[in-house]
Amino acid sequence: MSTPVAQSLASGILVGALYGLAAVGLSLVFGVTKILNVAHGELLMLGGYASFWLFTLMGVDPFAGVPLSMFALVLVGLIVYQLLFSRLIKLPTEDKIRNSLLIGFGLGLILQNVALRLWTADNRGITTSYAGATFTLLGVRLPYVRVASLVIAFVFLLTLQLFLQRTYTGKAIRATAQDWEAATLMGINVHGVYRLSFVLGAALAGAAGTLVAVGYSVEPVMGMHWTLKSLIVLVLGGIGSIAGTLVGGLILGVTESVAALWISNYRHVVGLAIFILVLLIRPQGLFGAKEG
Amino acid sequence: MTTKKGISLVLLVAGVAALCWVPRMGASDSLLNLLILMFIYTMLATSWNILGGYTGQVNLGHAAFFGLGTLAARMLYTAGRPLPLALLAAGVVPAVFSMLIGVPAFRLRLRGDYFTIGTLALSQILYITVGNVLPKITYLPIADIQNYQLGSRYYIILALALFTIGVAYALVKSRLGLGMVAVRENEDAAESLGVNAFTHKLLALAVSAFLGGLAGGAYAYYQTSYYFNYTFSPPWSLEPVNMTFIGGVGTIHGPIIGAVFFVLMKEWLVMRVGEYHLIIFGTLFILVVLFLPGGLVEAWERIRRALIRRPARRVALVPSAEGSDLLANSLTSEGKEVSMG
Repeated sequence: MSTPVAQSLASGILVGALYGLAAVGLSLVFGVTKILNVAHGELLMLGGYASFWLFTLMGVDPFAGVPLSMFALVLVGLIVYQLLFSRLIKLPTEDKIRNSLLIGFGLGLILQNVALRLWTADNRGITTSYAGATFTLLGVRLPYVRVASLVIAFVFLLTLQLFLQRTYTGKAIRATAQDWEAATLMGINVHGVYRLSFVLGAALAGAAGTLVAVGYSVEPVMGMHWTLKSLIVLVLGGIGSIAGTLVGGLILGVTESVAALWISNYRHVVGLAIFILVLLIRPQGLFGAKEG
Repeated sequence: MTTKKGISLVLLVAGVAALCWVPRMGASDSLLNLLILMFIYTMLATSWNILGGYTGQVNLGHAAFFGLGTLAARMLYTAGRPLPLALLAAGVVPAVFSMLIGVPAFRLRLRGDYFTIGTLALSQILYITVGNVLPKITYLPIADIQNYQLGSRYYIILALALFTIGVAYALVKSRLGLGMVAVRENEDAAESLGVNAFTHKLLALAVSAFLGGLAGGAYAYYQTSYYFNYTFSPPWSLEPVNMTFIGGVGTIHGPIIGAVFFVLMKEWLVMRVGEYHLIIFGTLFILVVLFLPGGLVEAWERIRRALIRRPARRVALVPSAEGSDLLANSLTSEGKEVSMG
């Protein structure tokens, strides 16, 4: 394989894992609560800036700061949920999705402009002492920080999978996602599960934001971009499948990055093309179950 | 009912006549610019409302249609093609493009969120791609700039805004419009009554995209210079939604009221708080969606109904100084009635 192609493949995989991690939070929230939070990318952005502040103001290593920025996002998620989205929770599904889209859209605008005031429009990155270090594998140069981010993303996805499959709370979340009425009858506190899922999604956005900040950069307008990638991955992977979300992220990352070799000006059109193709051919997603 | 209609008609004619009179009264350029902005925003909000308000399909990427309208009109106009052709293209190009999202997404029944994601994707991707392919500023032809006539542009854009409102009104009052509302209210029930949800949604989308693009055409004809991708940027997606909801979603006058309110408030806020106005608008928007889903139109209706329900005799007995108390009282009693029913 020629080196430019291999290099693109590798960077596609590296960014694709982050797409997957970003999308899994959105997918969890949507699958369980039927809230489609289009401000998910803005939550991710806040996670990125949290780690940026931790690093520049307090000298906290970004990888060590992952739990801290996740905690910050837990708080943000809790506020956002209690203040806004919890008001929609009793609406019928269709209205809930519609109104959550509108509220998320407004919230995204607010957060983006708050970030613009707090951190200016500049591109911010986290330059640690090891930021530029790379190693070469089969002729492909790989930055340590991005490979580490890939590993961390995998660990998060695996942990989430185990949490949902093996724990009692995870079971309650899955039950609520499948049928909230039956779950209520089984004595599950559905409102608690909704809140937990939303906060969990926000925490995952915080983790993803930190990894984006350390491997790439953050800026106030990035939210919409990451929301969009997450949504495409969501449609691609199908809702409710963590493995599907990861594979969807990898596919999007690799396709974009390889396409950029030939059509760099149009690389983002690839995501739209994938989205439309999936809708036409397999609307339930590559790994999603058919909906009733 | 007929007298009420007659009154609205007289008011409408008087309003349009007044708007036509404004440039002849020697109005300042800044006033004309403000009014032109109101016309363009009215077109944007009205076009969004056809799909979002009447058909119930949330489009979070109206900037794609507006932007494509500006792009098509600007390209043709600066290449020396006549203005009517440029404006026609401004409507047709987005309408055709909208099918790209509409056909695959509406084919899947009851998955409105896929359509929304698609519009968001289309607008974002066009924004980035136009920025990559045409990373430059576009200017009106030099002859136009040297001889820029705000007055004639004012009249043309006023005519386009009236056309947009007229089309929206005619569509909404037609059989097709009733079908659109039926689809919004209950897709299954509408289909069981013989309303084809797919074609109604698609038609609403095409008209909405056409008129949104026409607003873009007006903008391209009006604005001397801007970055090519500026008209694709996210605020152009949010603002029509915002204006429609503030004014009153799913009504003809709501988006107009919303647009006028929005432009005035934006003007006022930008002078006082600068860029913070976006945060204020975002907050206002969320508050309207959560607590006043009918917008200003609904607020007005509530007040009006509360006043009318009071027997006229009792109103007459109240001293005028307590008028505001009366308003407050009748509002609370109205609230009780609603909660009981």
